[in-house]
Amino acid sequence: MAKTGPRLGVLAAFLVTLAACGGSPGTTTATDVGVTSNSILLGNTIAQSGPAAAYGTIANAENAYFTYINNTKGGVNGRKINFKILDDAYTPANAVLLTKQLVEQDQVFAMFSGLGTQTQTSVRDYLNTKKVPQLFVATGATTFMADYSQHNWTIGWQPPYQGEGRIYAKDVLANHKAAKIGVLYQNDDYGQDYLKGLKDGLGSNSSMIVDAESYDVTAAVPTLAAQLSKLKGKGVDTLFIFATPAFTIGALAIRTALSWTPLTYLNSVSNPAVYMKIAASKGAKLDGVISVAYIKDPTDPQWANDDGMKLYKTVIANCSTCKVDDGFNIYGVAVAYTMVDVLTKAGSNMTRENVRNIAVSQLDETNNPFLLPGVVVKTTSNDHFPITQEQVITWSANGWHLQGSLTDERGTIS
Amino acid sequence: MYRQVQQRLRSAPPRYWLVLVLVLFFIGLPTVITSFQASEWTLVLIFAIVIMGLNILVGYSGQISLGHGALMALGAYTSAILIHRYQVDYLVTIPIAGLVTGLIGFLLGIPALRLSALYLALATFALAVVTPSLIKRPAGLTGGVQGILISSPDPPQFAKDAFASVTSGPPMSSDQWMYYLSLISALVLFWLAWNLIRRRPGRALRAIRDREVAAASYGINIAGYKTMAFGISAFYAGIGGSLYGLAIGFVSPDTFPLALSFQLLVGTVVGGLASIAGPLIGGVFTFWLPIVSSQFVGSQSWIPAQIASVFQKAGPAVTYGALLIVVMIFAPNGVAGLIRTGYMRLQARLRGAGDRGTGQMPPDPQTV
Repeated sequence: MAKTGPRLGVLAAFLVTLAACGGSPGTTTATDVGVTSNSILLGNTIAQSGPAAAYGTIANAENAYFTYINNTKGGVNGRKINFKILDDAYTPANAVLLTKQLVEQDQVFAMFSGLGTQTQTSVRDYLNTKKVPQLFVATGATTFMADYSQHNWTIGWQPPYQGEGRIYAKDVLANHKAAKIGVLYQNDDYGQDYLKGLKDGLGSNSSMIVDAESYDVTAAVPTLAAQLSKLKGKGVDTLFIFATPAFTIGALAIRTALSWTPLTYLNSVSNPAVYMKIAASKGAKLDGVISVAYIKDPTDPQWANDDGMKLYKTVIANCSTCKVDDGFNIYGVAVAYTMVDVLTKAGSNMTRENVRNIAVSQLDETNNPFLLPGVVVKTTSNDHFPITQEQVITWSANGWHLQGSLTDERGTIS
Repeated sequence: MYRQVQQRLRSAPPRYWLVLVLVLFFIGLPTVITSFQASEWTLVLIFAIVIMGLNILVGYSGQISLGHGALMALGAYTSAILIHRYQVDYLVTIPIAGLVTGLIGFLLGIPALRLSALYLALATFALAVVTPSLIKRPAGLTGGVQGILISSPDPPQFAKDAFASVTSGPPMSSDQWMYYLSLISALVLFWLAWNLIRRRPGRALRAIRDREVAAASYGINIAGYKTMAFGISAFYAGIGGSLYGLAIGFVSPDTFPLALSFQLLVGTVVGGLASIAGPLIGGVFTFWLPIVSSQFVGSQSWIPAQIASVFQKAGPAVTYGALLIVVMIFAPNGVAGLIRTGYMRLQARLRGAGDRGTGQMPPDPQTV
């Protein structure tokens, strides 16, 4: 007993200490967690490392806009916006954990502009159960707008991928009625959403699609040659590429290497001028390539004297790591503009409930200076698709050129 | 009887007391930390379970696997599909996931017999590469790229009440319940591993690892033990994967990226190969390193933004690599090995190195 005695004593002391420390973990139930008299805390998870790290700059650009508002306007209604960004490396497991950290430990008021379809799906139920607004998620997956009835604390922002697919269908039917369409798409929700939009848009003419070939994100870019040769072999004269930037660049270069010159459509995610120039440097012939846009392109000279573009350049100077020409950065600034708009509207009633209500059903923003003229950001009590307008663009002389006018897909997707 | 118990207690080596303290620490932990922090430690425990399995394979049997992320995915999907499609109770699905994954692992072990270390690494690596694509194919079963959402399990009433009365706070949350579920699984699986290692199979595995020909000449069934090691290792990964899915509440192809398999292997090596304590340290390491390296650097205002951003982009990967090199140079037996050697040296000094230290057997050679 002489030896066990002290040991048991130590153990007992340890247990007593544990029990003594075991106070309540302290949960606040105030309706406006994360808001003080002079600050608002927003949270975000995004990929800043890993395969999708290129998107990470979006959050930094958003932060640059909040910094700009804090410095020039003293914040929103006297409250400075603090923005906490965490790196989820594009994996749902990290997103779940970091979102819990932001909500439970950092006590954020709302989640803003979380990026990625799988990552944001993984936290959607959690945030809705906790009644934490999941605002303006950075994905065009249609579910984030269409499934509002089950998830009414969640709202997207950018045009849904299906809507974009429908716009392409309209363009084909109007200008290339005899097209033999071939599609190269990424085999995930993103590529499949686009394909569905295109098929739905073509409607009874969907037999115009001769063949659709898919690839997986885990594939290597050069292997796309197999799919593209197959499409070429089937006599396709109109090629759709629904891919992420790296694969789009590869596909464009391989298409030229196969000395194949079909009419080519690209989805908007992969069309920033930065990527087009990389594709050109790899030998891809790009003249006549078609896509759509809803945000002003920072590399387009026609906006050189535009007030919105000037403001963007002032704002982005607040972010030392952001490249001015990167299309992702103006996206970030534009969505942050909408966020500030919502907070301004909420005024003194800064509760999660009120902010969510404004975002999901009372948005009516006709003056977002970073979007193409005429694009509105709008939600009503039965329409939860904030942006639905896009404009066809074509590539020539090393730049995108707007064609025709905006096409609106409001109300066509449910 | 009482005397015997007293006798055993007195003669128990100090590390038994250390284990007891550690177990009590883990039991008490959720009462002093928040529910969110408990959910972080849940993942530490889950990684520890998977790494324990990997340790049996890599540390004790001397085979290598870069595909344990894929095996975790198999376990997680087994559970998720059973819960979601067949409304099976989640508790029942955990052992089922372990057994299914174990069986698959056992089958994987058969071709592994014909492959030497490098080729085995490549073969298991291929498994990790194709798994995300394979998961997407039967979209009706696996939910395809949308994944499967699992609602977080609610703790049973007795646990809720017990927790509330101990902490005199709110009842047990589902995060805290997942913590205890993982802790119980970890305790059982560590105990099993400890028993396995100390007995005949453990000795046979180590013999095979150190010199296969010699082991065969002693009549050890090499093929049998090697495939068994694969099977057991996969069983651990399956249980871990199942708990991982439940703790996160969502399984999808991206939940199990390629990097996960690397992180697990690095965690095994850093924790300490062929050691029972190693996997726990490995679990702590695997979970906390990416988080600390990405959040710590960003929060330090003295680091210039440019450098911080470069570091953050490559962050976890760089720290993983750097730490692995440091550990290999200064602690080839991992952190657990370092602690053990340190403890032995301390003991030798305390007892007087002159008389006893020299007479000691050198520690086991712990090479893969």
